[in-house]
Amino acid sequence: MADPYTTLGVPRDASQDAIRDAYRKLAKRHHPDLNPGNAKAEETFKAVSGANSILSDPEKRGKFDRGEIDASGQEQAPRGSYRDHAEGGSGRRYSRTGSESGGWSDAEFGDIFNSVFGERRQTDDARPSPGRDEHYALSTSFLDAVNGATRRLTLPDGRTLDVKIPPGTTDGQVLRLRGLGGPGRNGGPAGDALIEVHVAEHRHFHRDGQDIRLSLPVTLSEAVIGGNVEVPTPGGPVSMRVPPHADSGTELRLRGRGVPAHDGLAAGDLYAKLNVRLGAPDEALEEFLRNWKPKTPIDPRQDMREQS
Amino acid sequence: MIGIDVVIAEISGLTRQDLERWISKAWVRPDESAGGYAFREIDVARARLILEMRDEMEINEDALPVVLLLLDQLYDLRRQMRDLNNAFMQVVPRDVRHDLAAHLAALPR
Repeated sequence: MADPYTTLGVPRDASQDAIRDAYRKLAKRHHPDLNPGNAKAEETFKAVSGANSILSDPEKRGKFDRGEIDASGQEQAPRGSYRDHAEGGSGRRYSRTGSESGGWSDAEFGDIFNSVFGERRQTDDARPSPGRDEHYALSTSFLDAVNGATRRLTLPDGRTLDVKIPPGTTDGQVLRLRGLGGPGRNGGPAGDALIEVHVAEHRHFHRDGQDIRLSLPVTLSEAVIGGNVEVPTPGGPVSMRVPPHADSGTELRLRGRGVPAHDGLAAGDLYAKLNVRLGAPDEALEEFLRNWKPKTPIDPRQDMREQS
Repeated sequence: MIGIDVVIAEISGLTRQDLERWISKAWVRPDESAGGYAFREIDVARARLILEMRDEMEINEDALPVVLLLLDQLYDLRRQMRDLNNAFMQVVPRDVRHDLAAHLAALPR
């Protein structure tokens, strides 16, 4: 068996208080009644309580330190534990859901198992019961999700549903169409149609909550001298002024041109990050650069060197 | 049938006062008969666990109801899972059980 000091993780000269604290800390984590079904926790707890039974008793601890006893044989005999009772049928005595008599109550068929067993129970039952929720998936373009759109969905049974995709819909969002799911039984209400929306990526726009980000190519002269450029936004192109002395990476904001306002959220902004494109340089530019001596030369790779 | 004196004698460190208070708070729920409380094994084990949680793990009695509530729900779920497992073993054909096991094993963690 392992050295009890190692098991509790304390030095050999630890005070009795330190040993007690170490034991309590480990007992909290590994107590088998708090970790039912976890054999590893049970093993650890046995070792920990064995070690504690030596070290918590100054007399036994002294004998162990002097080599008069060894660490073996100190594992506590397994005693009637709570989990053995609680896991079995007698555990129903302390159930928070079911009855003591056994068999699954309605509460136990509750949320988790309802979808597995709901069907059978409905057919057994003459009471009115609501229809099942039916799940569908719908793919949509990025812009339809941002701006909102109506899409027609054809169901497996041939019915069609006009699905209103509200503005600002996000990927994975589930739309609930009340009463358009499975029919109710015995006069119960119909279930709902739950439609999970999958939003396709856009070539240029990236959504960031209510904001939209975009990489905007500009020419060298637009960046250096500035000027008006046309920027695509989800609501259509708008004109934006690029200030003089902009650069690749400069981020410009178009207020209110992101995702439109919806569900109490204000409209987001559109962030355009400039990306200078040189195109194919002509002779004049080449000639100019050969003779150009910058007044303030820069080292664009300085950061990289400092990090490495 | 186990009487309250036996329980107090069996669990070292447990006082009558503690146990009676826990019963009044319904943390331990022995049967009541004309001759007083009648404990079952699970009641004794539960009283021992409550004592350990309070004295060794230093969970004070104000916090204990939360721990017991969660613990009872944990064991409810484990019993349900065991019931479900037993029902599967009796009702579900072998190949379906294999499919189910394969499906569960492939779930992302």
